[in-house]
Amino acid sequence: MIRQPVESPSARRTITIATRLLLALQLDGPLLVGLGLIACFGLVVLYSASGQDMGKMVRAVLHLCLGTAAMLGLAQVRPQLLRRVAPWLYGFGVFLLVVVFVEGEIGKGAQRWLDLGFIRFQPSEILKIAVPMACAWYLQERPLPPSAKSLGVLAAIILVPSALIIKQPDLGTALLIMAAGTMVIIMAGLPVWIMLAGLLAGSGAAWFAWAHLLHDYQRERVLTFIDPQNDPLGSGYHIIQSQIAIGSGGVFGKGWMNGSQAQLDYLPERHTDFIFAVIGEEFGMLGQMLLVLLYLFVVARALYLTSQMQDTFARLLASSLALTFFVYVFINTGMVSGLLPVVGVPLPLVSYGGTSMVTLLAGFGILMSLYSHRKLVGT
Amino acid sequence: MAPKVSIKNFFREQRLFQQRMLVATILIGAAALVLFGRLFLLQVVRYDYYLEQSQGNRARLDPIPASRGLIRDRNGVVMADNQAAYQLELVREQVTDLDGTLKGLASLQLIPEDGLADIKRLVKSRRGFEGVPIRLRLTEEELSRFAVNRHRFPGVDIRTRLTRAYPYGELGVHALGYVAAISEADLPRIDRSAYAGTTLIGKLGVESAREKELHGTNGFREVLVNAQGRSVQKAGAFAPDLRSRAPKAGSDIILSIDLAAQQAAEEGLKGRRGAVVAIDPATGDVLALASHPGFDPSLFGRGLTRAEYHELSSDIDRPLFNRALRGTYPAGSTVKPVISLAGLHYGAVTADEPIYCPGSWMLRGYAKPFREGRGGTHHAIAMEDAIAKSCDVYFYELAHRLEVDHLSEFMAPFGYGKPTGIDIAGELSGILPSKDWKKQRFKRRADQIWFPGETVNMGIGQGYLTVTPMEQASMIATVAARGKRFKPRLVTAMRDPETGVVTKVEPEVLASVPGIPEKDWDRVFAGMVGTIQRGTAAQPAANMAHTAYTVAGKTGTAQVVSIAANEKLDKRLEERQRDHSWFVAFAPVEAPRIALVVLVENGGFGAAAAAPIARRVLDAYLLPKNASTQPPPGASTADKDIDPETAE
Repeated sequence: MIRQPVESPSARRTITIATRLLLALQLDGPLLVGLGLIACFGLVVLYSASGQDMGKMVRAVLHLCLGTAAMLGLAQVRPQLLRRVAPWLYGFGVFLLVVVFVEGEIGKGAQRWLDLGFIRFQPSEILKIAVPMACAWYLQERPLPPSAKSLGVLAAIILVPSALIIKQPDLGTALLIMAAGTMVIIMAGLPVWIMLAGLLAGSGAAWFAWAHLLHDYQRERVLTFIDPQNDPLGSGYHIIQSQIAIGSGGVFGKGWMNGSQAQLDYLPERHTDFIFAVIGEEFGMLGQMLLVLLYLFVVARALYLTSQMQDTFARLLASSLALTFFVYVFINTGMVSGLLPVVGVPLPLVSYGGTSMVTLLAGFGILMSLYSHRKLVGT
Repeated sequence: MAPKVSIKNFFREQRLFQQRMLVATILIGAAALVLFGRLFLLQVVRYDYYLEQSQGNRARLDPIPASRGLIRDRNGVVMADNQAAYQLELVREQVTDLDGTLKGLASLQLIPEDGLADIKRLVKSRRGFEGVPIRLRLTEEELSRFAVNRHRFPGVDIRTRLTRAYPYGELGVHALGYVAAISEADLPRIDRSAYAGTTLIGKLGVESAREKELHGTNGFREVLVNAQGRSVQKAGAFAPDLRSRAPKAGSDIILSIDLAAQQAAEEGLKGRRGAVVAIDPATGDVLALASHPGFDPSLFGRGLTRAEYHELSSDIDRPLFNRALRGTYPAGSTVKPVISLAGLHYGAVTADEPIYCPGSWMLRGYAKPFREGRGGTHHAIAMEDAIAKSCDVYFYELAHRLEVDHLSEFMAPFGYGKPTGIDIAGELSGILPSKDWKKQRFKRRADQIWFPGETVNMGIGQGYLTVTPMEQASMIATVAARGKRFKPRLVTAMRDPETGVVTKVEPEVLASVPGIPEKDWDRVFAGMVGTIQRGTAAQPAANMAHTAYTVAGKTGTAQVVSIAANEKLDKRLEERQRDHSWFVAFAPVEAPRIALVVLVENGGFGAAAAAPIARRVLDAYLLPKNASTQPPPGASTADKDIDPETAE
């Protein structure tokens, strides 16, 4: 393919400057563009979904800036340092979870937040990155596919924080953390028969959890997912209303700020977990597909970057981050469109909420760092 | 066992990793396809379904009631009108404690204490967000009493609505009917969605018979509602097009009633119990339909308390009873013109053949004679005089000659024994007896036999023969039109209030009385004119002299209690055991424009009680109108509401 030469010298200079800047900042251009487009789309939708709440808009932009800063910062960190820090970060995260857990026990109530006075955040968010980091760190020096002993250790690494988070109770986050950890193991070459066995054991565990562990509200969510009409004004309400919103949007949507479901409060949590339904109602199937294609582009780019990495730690961590990102997208869109049960998973980079935004962009910062600091050997 | 030394095989690990990457990519693609499939299902395949669901979500229809059609008399005078009134409305879903709210309102005497269960049932039968009127037509004083306590009753509010007003009060109530709050009993016969927003429904008379036309078509306004069901103007920038439809007012109904004649009839009946029905023989138009006593129809529109209703329904004079349509009485001597025609028709007598009247008439096998009703003898008397002087003996003899089945066969085409088919509901019919009728009427064999004496009695309109005033009116109109018959009707036209287009209701022709030659009619008419000029209605009390038009008439007296043949007539009979008084007439004889019947219950002799009332009606209708129509009573009916303090 013959590239069209860029006509204007000033334009050429601009591109050159941008490229240089990206290189200097250890960033990946296409990934950055993909993420930026998603975030912008997210802000546009949020303006409508929040009911033109300027306060929320300002805070959302602030979240975006914070996340971008975290991404920029982490992109500068050398992978060696990340690797060394990994176990400590993991340990610190679990410690905070214990603190929150104990506080919750004392305060006799659900506890997810840690209040440090100047900032409030959910320690579980740290684990979203710390768990795959710890797993990748553990597998770094070990032969792959992992041995049985390694698998046992990895299971512990994943399940200890997950159990604490389920207790909070925050099933959605726990599932995502388990997914992130499991991704590392799978990508490390977990034998297929173990995956199948794990699937079986998982079903058994699910049954056990259903019978003994799940809270009533969680059980209700699952039941409602199976038959939303069962309780249309109660727990089925979320799913029914979000499907009405999406379905009534049709191919082209009702137009920005013209979604009756969203604007008249029929859609619950419309600016957070169910924002995908707002997109469906106001921008239609085309809008939703555009967004999903943007996500796919980001994931594809991330996977491509991953494929260029050389050392085990980088590959495992980067692939886990990329795949987990898609899991986020799929769980959220699947839940909003009625494919999956309702679990509290936000739509990445679009749902209103600071912690999720910062964590996700931090993850991409790590990914970019892993890519830009890769050793250029072996190819 | 020596530890197995495992060495990292970078090449193998990389290949494994790349395999996994490939699988992961494929899985991602598959997941994305599933998601797109789901979106396609929701947004393309089930689009219509979900669109409808979201429409239903966001918009609520607020009904705009159509204004009810007016009812006018034949000259355009408004007899039923719409008037703004205050009412209490309750929205169930906004009321936290329905029982407590109703009790509280009752303790303020805004709703009747003993009607709570009814109101509660009514409220529950409507949809939760609909405003249900629980009290109509609040007075100023009640209005302020509620306003002070309003904070105690969330979900209850004052609404201004149009209610029905009847400017002439009880005038013509038995023809007009009335409107009242829609009750559970009305729900099966109406389309509930068409009546959303409507509070009143016609219950009787024309108001009920023409409910469909009077009601019109309610409009609606779509109101944006949020998830809490509250109506909102707009939500943020979201202000969609909302549909609305203007209500279409109900048609005005133009009655055949002539207000002047109606007023004359009701004033004539004042202080009596009775009925007047006047018909235009040429069309079947009902010019007056009165049953006295009546009641104020706006009482029902306002909402009657139980006590008020009880008072009305248990009144010994039965004001709610429509005597004109539902009262059945012995026909008395009013039947004699028709019997005369029957005699001529079957050749049982010629018009000039005299029959000797000795004051009583003997039937073979009967121990007691049939008495001349008012005593005295008429000597040799022919048909015209027999009608004019109402000679009973003449008609005993004539009926005896004719036999009962000839009689009933001849009388049936005049409308005896079956409802006239007037265009309002509730009509009953009298009895036209025959041998067959008696067989079916009685169970015991011995009772089924028709006795000759019963035929004789029928000749003077006594015995089994009964009629309603409405049937009598139809009969006399038939006579006046020389056998031509029309179905009596109250509604002559409907007028669209918006376009002004008048839709006429054509008179409905019924089968004529067959085969009566003109000369027979002439002879009978002569007898009936004789009644006025020299017969039973010639006495001053009848007030039928010096009319500007010629009148043909017939008096009648219907026995309430049968009196033994030689028992002396006691004028001090209990008032309610006195005979009913009939008078049928038509005028002008040459070209009849009005035929009427007057019934006065326990009025005694027909000429004295009923005939003067007939004169007033005839004058009112036939004489040139010079302010003979009285204006409606000065004050509006709503202000005359019973004081709520004393109502209970």
